[in-house]
Formats: sequence, structure tokens, C-alpha cells
Amino acid sequence: MIISIASGKGGTGKTTLAANLAVALRNIEPEVTLLDCDVEEPNDHLFLSPTFTRTNEIWAEVPDIDTKLCAYCGKCQEICQFNAIAILPELALTFPELCHSCGGCFMVCPENAVRSGKRLLGVVEEGSRGPLQFVQGRLRVGEAMAPPLIRKVREAAGGDGLTLVDAPPGTSCPVMAALRGSDFVLLVTEPTPFGLNDLELAVGAVRILGIPMGIAINRSDLGDDRIRKFAGKEKIPLLMEIPFDRRVAEAYAKGELLVEVLPEWREKMLTLYDAICRVQGGCGNGHNGREGSQ
Amino acid sequence: MKELVIISGKGGTGKTSIVGAFAALARRQVLCDADVDAADLHLLLSPTVVERHDFRAGHKASIDPERCTQCGDCLERCRFGAISPDLVVDPLQCEGCGVCHHFCPAGAIDFPESLCGEWYFSQTRFGPLVHARLGIAEENSGKLVSLVRKEARRMGEENHADWLLTDGPPGIGCPVIASIGGASAVLIVSEPTVSGLHDLNRVGELARHFQVPALVCVNKADLHWDGARQIDAHCRSAGYAFMGYLPFDADFTRAQVEEKTIIEYNQGPARDAVVALWEKVVRALQASDVGV
Repeated sequence: MIISIASGKGGTGKTTLAANLAVALRNIEPEVTLLDCDVEEPNDHLFLSPTFTRTNEIWAEVPDIDTKLCAYCGKCQEICQFNAIAILPELALTFPELCHSCGGCFMVCPENAVRSGKRLLGVVEEGSRGPLQFVQGRLRVGEAMAPPLIRKVREAAGGDGLTLVDAPPGTSCPVMAALRGSDFVLLVTEPTPFGLNDLELAVGAVRILGIPMGIAINRSDLGDDRIRKFAGKEKIPLLMEIPFDRRVAEAYAKGELLVEVLPEWREKMLTLYDAICRVQGGCGNGHNGREGSQ
Repeated sequence: MKELVIISGKGGTGKTSIVGAFAALARRQVLCDADVDAADLHLLLSPTVVERHDFRAGHKASIDPERCTQCGDCLERCRFGAISPDLVVDPLQCEGCGVCHHFCPAGAIDFPESLCGEWYFSQTRFGPLVHARLGIAEENSGKLVSLVRKEARRMGEENHADWLLTDGPPGIGCPVIASIGGASAVLIVSEPTVSGLHDLNRVGELARHFQVPALVCVNKADLHWDGARQIDAHCRSAGYAFMGYLPFDADFTRAQVEEKTIIEYNQGPARDAVVALWEKVVRALQASDVGV
């Protein structure tokens, strides 16, 4: 079961919900893994302070042309759609940062002159916080392509257990890479013109992927009722409303987990999970009767 | 003409509200929304679209079942998992590399250019705006960012503008890299949170990598003054010019709901803080010799 938390607009509270849900659920579900797929700006670790046990460098395969073998025929330049190779009469230039690792140049070279080089995309770091498994990607600063690194983080989704995915903002390829294969998407938004505009785009992206979704409205009292109206019109379940609370903002600012400093947040997270499970239908069967457990 | 690009690393720190306010304060300016993935500046500026252009970039493969001999060569070659076992291309997974198209022995794979979005020349009450809309789930956001910036710059030069104010995307990846190259400076809008500081570090490093001078301000500073001052101190040690603090103020949200900038909304403390910030940014940019 994979639940992704996404938003369209940045700064609406994805990380807050992902990290707090993960910590609240780790005693409810037998196996919980949180994947931070916002590899450009991964923030969950700031709240979880996990113990990291493994770091894997992730590399993209790029061409490295052996000039002793190269006949300067230009076939590699021709097949490359990304302008990563320029062949001049006596000079073969590669621009590894533009390469998408499609392998076309390796396949097309008649002289076998294209050798396998590599470019560092970033790292995937694995760790845990108590029973919670945690994996994050960290894009190398200066690297443009997030999706291949995001796909590597997604490979760590824990088989039969519950996986939560903290997705990047926006609606383009990094978001699609993070959301693909999810069983449910929780869209976190705020009731403002920017929040609604970006929510509409995010809903479009989730619909293309055909994944069931629900909406959480953060700072629900700062703005108006445009999100509620939109959710009603589009028949997307509204799963949670979180009014602005200065204590929440301050705890977030300091890097504190709300479920630890504001006890009512634990119950809020369990209620949200129940709501997700009711809509999604495939999770949350293992904790009936937990109402009395707080 | 000076190009100031407003970025943040972390999303939701207030970039667009600040760009809107600067648009209201600047003179002889051209505006550019380079957050093509989730563009919001138009919601404050209510632009009238003057020209609308298709944005075509890259190609997508498509297998013609009539010509296909089911040999499966494409399936073996595709590194993006974009071809299903029954030999249909998923356009969302297709990277547009053309390898399948090039090698298909039956010549059964078409490779048309794809329509990825639209871009616009518009007029607003604060001057011309160049903006865009990337199709949902589309690629090539970096190319679209480069395009709108180039067009905005051209318009600025034609109009003899003094300022090009560009609203940047969040993060540090492809569209951000395309947003900042060659700019006079970036203004990084941070917030006094552990995430704000963490993300400021990464996007600041990116600006340094591309040799663009970085200015920094802290929005919502009064939510956590210790954190705000920590960012100020960090800027001193990292060599970023610190431009000051803005308050957490629900007037920013109220102004947005009324589709106004904070400058037009009222005469409150948030407006005063933004005016002071703009004046400081102008001085910082005039003191340096960097132009576009």
C-alpha cells in the first residue's frame, strides 16, 4: 500500500503531514516506510532525525568517446535528441550534464568508440527512526534531472507494508515520477487563489495517472471556501481541514514533530489515516478498536 | 536592465506575493513568470493576453500497429520502461530519445514533435508580462523557462526597461537552473524554519555554482525570531547579502484573495516592510555593476 502526499503548490504542508503520519502510524501498522521524494529539497529528515545506515551514490550513464577508435562519422550526434554530443571533423565533444542516458549513442556507434562514463545524480540515503524505515534522495546541487533519482528512491517502497511518499511540488515530470504506482494520493492545499490554481493542476496530474485521491486543506481559516467548493464540484473527498495554529507554525519552525509536542495531533493523524482508508478501501484493516488506545 | 529572479528553494515562502509587490513598486519594468509548472503570478496581475503561442519541444514515440511486425526490438532498447509488452508507448514515460524510432526494422515508429504547453505576451496594470503554462505532466520545463526569459528580456530591451522581475520556481532542479543563469541577481525568499534554512543553503549553493549573486530575505520572520536571526547570521558567513525581514501577516492572504498585491491592498505594516525590502534590493543592485 503506497500513499503519496502531494500538492501542486509548495509550502502547503506536505512534509508536515508525511512526517507526522509516518510517526503516528508506525505503532499501528506492522511496517511503515517513509520515502522523501522531494529530492531537490528533502526536508523530512529535519523532523525525523533518523539514523542513517546506508548511502548509495546514484549515477547516470553518459557517453565517453574513445578518440582512438572514433571515426568522427557523427552518427551519435545525430541520434542524440538532447544535444549532449557534438562531433567536429577532428574533435568529439560530450556534454554529460545534458545526457538523458537513453543509450542511443552506444547502440549506434559503428566503431564501438562510445564508452560508458558516468555523472553523479545524487545520493539515496537509507535509515530508520525506531520502527519507522526512512529513505530519502538528495539531488546533487547543480544537477538538473530529478526524475531518475526519484525513481531510485521509489524502488525502496516496502513490499507488503505501508509506504508513505513525500512528493515534490509542481505537476511536471518529477511529480509524476514520485506519484506513479501509488494507491492513493493525498493533496495538501490552502484555501487561496494560488492554492486552488495549483490544486487544479495537481488533480489533473493525478487523474492522468488514474489514482484515487483526497484533499486536506491546511490553514483552512486563512482564505475563503474556494477549495471546499472545488472539491464538491469535482467530487473529490475532503479528508481534513487544519485551521491556522501558531503553535503548529512554531513547532514546525523548530523542526519538532507535532505528534510529539501537541498530543492531539496523534489522534488527528490516525483520523486522517482512517479517512484515507475509507476512501481507498485497501488499508487500515489492522487497527480496529484503536480509539481507546490514546 | 537588471534582471532580478525571485527564488526560494523551499516552496510556499512567499515568492509570488513579493514579485507582485515589486511589480507594483518598480518603474519601467517587464515581468516574467518562470514558474511554468505552477504559475500563479497572473492571479495577482490579472493579465490581458495579447499574444498566445504554442510551446513545442521534444518528441514522443508512437508505434503504428499497422506497420509493426511485433519483433520487440523497441522493447529491448527502451531504457525508460515506456513500451508495454504488447508494444504500445506510454507517452508519460517516453523520454523522447528516439532510440526506438531510429532502430525499428519495420520503420513502424513515428516520432512527432510534441505540444508541451503555451506561452503568452500579456499586458498588466504594472507593465508587460511574459508567462506560460506547461501542460500537466509534461517535460521540458527548463526549455520553456529559458524561452519565457528570453522573450521577456527581448521585450525589456525593446522597451528600454530598467527592470526585469522574474518569478522563479521552487527547488534546485532543471527549471530553477534555467531560471537563474545570467541573471543580475537572485533574491532568495527564505522563512525562519529548519526547512527554510536547509533549502536556502542548497539553492544558495546553486546560485554560487552558476555565479549569480544572491540576496536573501526572511519572510514570516516573527513566527520564529531565533530562526530568522540564524538565517541573517548564516548569510553573513556564506557571503549572501541580507536584505531584511518581512512579517507573517494575514494581509498577504487577504490581498491575494482580492487579486491585489500587498502594495495596493492597504497601508499596513506588511506593505511598509515590502517597500523597505524593495528599496534595499534596488540599492544593492545599483551598487553592483551587474547588468543583463
